[in-house]
Amino acid sequence: MTESLSNLLGPEIGPLTAAVIKAILLVSLVAGSAVFCIWLERKVSGRIQDRLGPTRVGGKFGWLQGIADGIKLLVKEDVIPAAADQMLFRIAPYIAFSGAFLAFLALPFADGWAAVSMNVAVFFMLAVLSTEVFGVILAGYGSGSKWSLFGGMREAAQVVSYEVPRALSVLIPVIVAGTLNLSDFARVPEGTPWYESRSLFWNWYLFHDPWTFCAFLTFFTCGTASCKRAPFDLAEAESELVAGFHTEYSGLRWSFFFMAEYGSMFAISGIATLLFLGGWHVGIFPNDFGNWLGAAGNVINVIVFIFKCWLLVFVMIWVRWTLPRLRIDQVMMMCIKYLLPITCVLLLLISLWQMAVSVWPALLYVKYLMAGACVAFVLAVIVKLITTRHTLPVAGSAPVWRSPQSMVRSS
Amino acid sequence: MSLHAFLFYVVAGLTGLSAIAVVVTQNIVRSAAFLLFALAGTAGVFFLLGADFVGATQLLVYVGGVLVLVVFGVMLTAQEPFVSMKTGAAEWVVAAVVGLLLYAAIAVSVLIDPVVKPVELQKAGAQTAPTPEASRSTEVLGEAFLGLQEATPKQYKDGSPIKVTGIPPERAPKRTPMGYLLPFEIVSVHLLVVLIGAAYLARAKRRRGAST
Repeated sequence: MTESLSNLLGPEIGPLTAAVIKAILLVSLVAGSAVFCIWLERKVSGRIQDRLGPTRVGGKFGWLQGIADGIKLLVKEDVIPAAADQMLFRIAPYIAFSGAFLAFLALPFADGWAAVSMNVAVFFMLAVLSTEVFGVILAGYGSGSKWSLFGGMREAAQVVSYEVPRALSVLIPVIVAGTLNLSDFARVPEGTPWYESRSLFWNWYLFHDPWTFCAFLTFFTCGTASCKRAPFDLAEAESELVAGFHTEYSGLRWSFFFMAEYGSMFAISGIATLLFLGGWHVGIFPNDFGNWLGAAGNVINVIVFIFKCWLLVFVMIWVRWTLPRLRIDQVMMMCIKYLLPITCVLLLLISLWQMAVSVWPALLYVKYLMAGACVAFVLAVIVKLITTRHTLPVAGSAPVWRSPQSMVRSS
Repeated sequence: MSLHAFLFYVVAGLTGLSAIAVVVTQNIVRSAAFLLFALAGTAGVFFLLGADFVGATQLLVYVGGVLVLVVFGVMLTAQEPFVSMKTGAAEWVVAAVVGLLLYAAIAVSVLIDPVVKPVELQKAGAQTAPTPEASRSTEVLGEAFLGLQEATPKQYKDGSPIKVTGIPPERAPKRTPMGYLLPFEIVSVHLLVVLIGAAYLARAKRRRGAST
C-alpha cells in the first residue's frame, strides 16, 4: 500500500497518507473489537450465571449495549481525587492504552498485511505489551489511594513474573519455524505440496509435536495472566480491593484501561493464533486464499483471522466466569514453581526433538497422529453434547420485566 | 526536510526534553515516568533508524524490566505517600560539571574524528544503505552470536554488500573468524552466575536445626 500511494502522491505525501490510513484502521479495529468484546463478555457471563445478559438495547440480543456503555462513559464526569498526583493520574491511562495499541503495529492480519512488516515481529509485540504494566503501576501509585496502590503492586509483581514463561513458550514454536517474523508462521510458499501447506490444520504448529501442544497451553495461561484476566485478576480483585488500580478512575480515562485490557487480550490471542493455530487459515482448504484470489482472498483472510482471535478471547471470557480467583501466593507459585520449569523443560525437549527429526524423519508424522486425536476428541465432545438429554427449564427462565400480575395469570 | 528526518528530530527532541525533566523533577515517581518517555523515545530512534531488534530489546529490558523494578522498589520502600527529593546547590553544581564534561567528551569525539560523514558519502555517491528488508534482518546478528558468521560480515543476507567507507583501511575492525561466540558465552555464564547468586541471597533463611 505504501508503494502504490507513493507512486500516486509522491515520495513525501504518499507514505504519510499510508501511515494515517493504517493508524485509523488499527484504532477502529481496537476500539470496535473492545465494544464487541464488552457485549460478548456481558452476554457470556450472563449465560454462564444463568441470566440473560443485556436484552433491551438494540433488539433481542442487546447488540448495541457496548455502544450504550461507551456513550455513558463519554458523558460521565472525569473526577480526579484531591490526594492524587495530578500528572501521573492523568497520563497513566494513555500509557496503558498505547502499550496495548502499539503491539498491533506488527500484527499481520494476512500475508504481508501488517502496518509495519517486521523481521522480529513476535519479539516487538512481546516487548511493547510488557510496557502496558507501567501505566497500571503509575495509576496505582498516582491515585493516592491504598486500594489502588495494592492493586498496582500486585500487578507489577504478577506481570513481571509471567513475562518470563510467556517469552519461553513463544520460543518453542519459534525454534520449530526458525523465524521471528509472524507472517512466516502462516505463509504458504510457492511450490509447497498441498498436504504440507500451512493452510491445512494438521500442519499448524499446535499439532507439530507434543511439546508445541503443551507450549500453547502454557502460552495461553501466561497470556491470560499478563492481561490480568481472571483467575489472575488480583490487581482488580473486587472482593478485596474495591476495583484495584482503577478504583479512583471514572469516565473516559477508566474506559482507556478497558480498551487496553481488551486490546492486549486481542493481541495475545493474535500471537497465539499466528504461532500455534495457523494464522489466517480456515484449516480445511489446501492453499492460501491470498494465493488464489489476490487482495479479495486477503480480505477473507483478515476476516478469518479476526474471527479466530475473537474465538480465543471468548475462551478467556469463558475461563474468567468459570474459575475462582487465585490468591497472590498461588499466582506466584503457579508461575515460578510450575509454569517456569515446565516451559524450560519444553524448550529443552523441543531442541532435542528438532535434532531427532533430522535423524529420524518419521517423527514428522506425529502431527497426523496428534491432529487426528484432537479432531476425534472434539467430535466425541460434540456427539456427547448432542446425544445427552439436557434438563433445561421448559419455558426458559422467567423474563424479569414481566409484571407480577401476568406472572400470576400465566401460572 | 524529508518525513523521516522530521520524525527523527521530533522523537529525538522529545527524548532529550524528557531526559532533562527526569533530572529536574523532584518527585521520584514522576521522574520515573519521564524516564519512561526518555527510554521509549530512545527505542523510537532505534526504530526510525531501522534497528528493530535493538529497539524492541530496549523496550523489553529497560521499560518492561528495569523501570518497573525501580518503581516497584520505590513503592515498597517509601515511607510517605509521595516521595520527593531535595537536592542542594552543591549537588547541582557537581552534577552540572560532570554532565557538561561528559557531553563535551562525546561532542568532541563526534566532531573531531567522524568515522562516517553521511553527507560526504552521499556526495561521493557511495551506496551504504542496504535494502530495508536486509537491514532489518536479525539473522546476520544471530549467526554472528553463534559463531556461524564473521563478526563484521561483508554482505547482508540478500547479498547486498556492507561498505563502511568512512573508516580508513588501517583502522577497520579485524574480521574475527569466530564471530561473537566467545563473548556471548562469557556473558551468558556470567548472567547464570548472577542469577544463582541472587537466588542464593534471596532464599528463605531458616535457622539450622529448626523444624522444616
